[in-house]
Amino acid sequence: MVSLAEPVPLIIAPSRGYWASVGQRLLRDKVTMVCVVILLTIILAAIFAPYLGLADPYRGSIIRRLRPIGTPGYLLGTDEQGRDMLARLIYGGRLSLFIGLLPVFNAFVIGSLLGITAGFVGGKVNAAIMRTSDVFLAFPSVLLAVAISGALGAGILNSIVSLTIVFVPPIARIAESVTTQVRSLDFVDAARASGASSWTIIRVHILNNVLGPIFVYATSLISVSMILGAGLSFLGLGTKPPEPEWGLMLNTLRTAIYVQPWIAALPGAMIFMVSIGFNLVSDGLRSAMDVRR
Amino acid sequence: MSAELLAPLPDVGGPAQPLLEIRNLTKHFPIKGGMLNRTVARVNAVDGVTFDVAKGETLGIVGESGCGKSTTARLLIRLIEPDQGEVRFDGQTVGTDISVAELRRGVQMVFQDSFASLNPRLTIEDSIAFGPRVRGVANTDAVNKAHDLLRRVGMAPEQYARRYPHELSGGQRQRVNIARALALAPRLLILDEPVSALDKSVEAQVLNLLVDLKASLGLTYIFVSHDLNVVQYISDRVLVMYLGRVAEIGPVESIYTDARHPYTRALLSAMPSMDPDRRTQEAPIAGDPPNPINPPSGCLFHTRCPFAEAVCKTTAPALAPVGESHNAACHMEIAGSGHSRAARA
Repeated sequence: MVSLAEPVPLIIAPSRGYWASVGQRLLRDKVTMVCVVILLTIILAAIFAPYLGLADPYRGSIIRRLRPIGTPGYLLGTDEQGRDMLARLIYGGRLSLFIGLLPVFNAFVIGSLLGITAGFVGGKVNAAIMRTSDVFLAFPSVLLAVAISGALGAGILNSIVSLTIVFVPPIARIAESVTTQVRSLDFVDAARASGASSWTIIRVHILNNVLGPIFVYATSLISVSMILGAGLSFLGLGTKPPEPEWGLMLNTLRTAIYVQPWIAALPGAMIFMVSIGFNLVSDGLRSAMDVRR
Repeated sequence: MSAELLAPLPDVGGPAQPLLEIRNLTKHFPIKGGMLNRTVARVNAVDGVTFDVAKGETLGIVGESGCGKSTTARLLIRLIEPDQGEVRFDGQTVGTDISVAELRRGVQMVFQDSFASLNPRLTIEDSIAFGPRVRGVANTDAVNKAHDLLRRVGMAPEQYARRYPHELSGGQRQRVNIARALALAPRLLILDEPVSALDKSVEAQVLNLLVDLKASLGLTYIFVSHDLNVVQYISDRVLVMYLGRVAEIGPVESIYTDARHPYTRALLSAMPSMDPDRRTQEAPIAGDPPNPINPPSGCLFHTRCPFAEAVCKTTAPALAPVGESHNAACHMEIAGSGHSRAARA
């Protein structure tokens, strides 16, 4: 017999951390998960390209130029120099993804640093940082990337530097506005009242509340970075032939557009797929992290 | 042992020494505008406020929205730098005898918005243990302290310590905020509208918790609120603020039964009566408080006061004694002020 007076033990599941619950919401989001799978496939293929038994992406053949898609031995045909398109597309992902991810990562670090500093310190420091970034924001990003790249000279490293410079101001702006918002909340005042230094407050109370939104915004920039990087290569400011890179391939295949339009469109399709993939993942992340309480 | 870093603060001045003495505390917020971001106006948020808080008492601060209650609270713990004025904690002047950091060891604050005052990304255990950790208490000691405090505010640590703020109700969050404020073992707690956002039943529980904590820990409270019933319940003395100045200050019974400042009387008459035989007879106070950007001359209340006379428009009344430790800033109470209702000098 269970006595009614006996206290019923309360069994309450331990609460999951914030990121665990975000992860679970992401797993339930089908569109995002499909995009994650596609992106992972492309990224892994690019990383492990040498082990996939692909043709040499650099070896051309004068007699096998511009073979159509589905030619035996050339699953996706050949380009204007008779090089295997499948191999070039997969190898091309290495540079294109590198150009897509690295500038955004750099800008995420630098922009967050500047934006959080501006937002937390406020006053003149804020004005100095934000007005300077406004100067950069006044230019269209393509123009700015081309101008900086042109000034620095062609090359992958320079195009990464120029893309980083392009992405720092928008990330700094987002970081500043989120930080300003969080800084005005009472828990920051409470932390100050308990005698914490500014650095401790930023580390314990600001960072974990602002990095998420900044990260989501940065993921949405990956696609822009890829497209801009491809654009720079297309203009001859990024990668140089015969390096496989999607933007550069788009440029060199442009002459073949009347002969083999499907082949000419393939690098563009890759850029499109990857950039829309990153955009949808970033959307998914945002809604998974947006907990209305 | 690192826990000794948070040993109870010593009583420096003895029981007769007020725990907190505020002298001429002033904060004017500049309003910037125009092309060159010049200061175009000033809001007199807190204007020459002077009062004492005795050891072990609860001082209620009441007033309308925007009268400077919350600014005063934040000035006391230096979340806002005052323009002028002196704060003495247990006889030691803040800034010269003790640092702001030492002041914050002895004075802590509970905020109105229970959700905004907890970091949504930290478990409540981490939120409470944050202060002790910052002060150099070792991690395990800080967590143990947090668990002790959770127990003290009536929340089982095994059930709640690892939870996040959004998993708690408003009342529970406010208990956590109280625990967090107690984590540094302060002597004075500034409670800035701690129950205003709670519903009535939870409000009563939290108020009773505050009363219990005060008795068991020997705390002193400054209780800021616009709710006159709550202030009457919890306070020993009441300070009435109007537009950044002290209108009246005195023991709770004499303020509630024998208010001398017309503003206090108007406030109290706006309080719904529980007794049908003592219905509110007076007309409620007319109009809104004047704009603190361009406050009226003389007595700040003369624009709404039914007894305003010429002297009220020209001279600001000083706080004058009207009873046992009861002061009011009204010309009608100052003998020889020139007001027709004042006693002759």
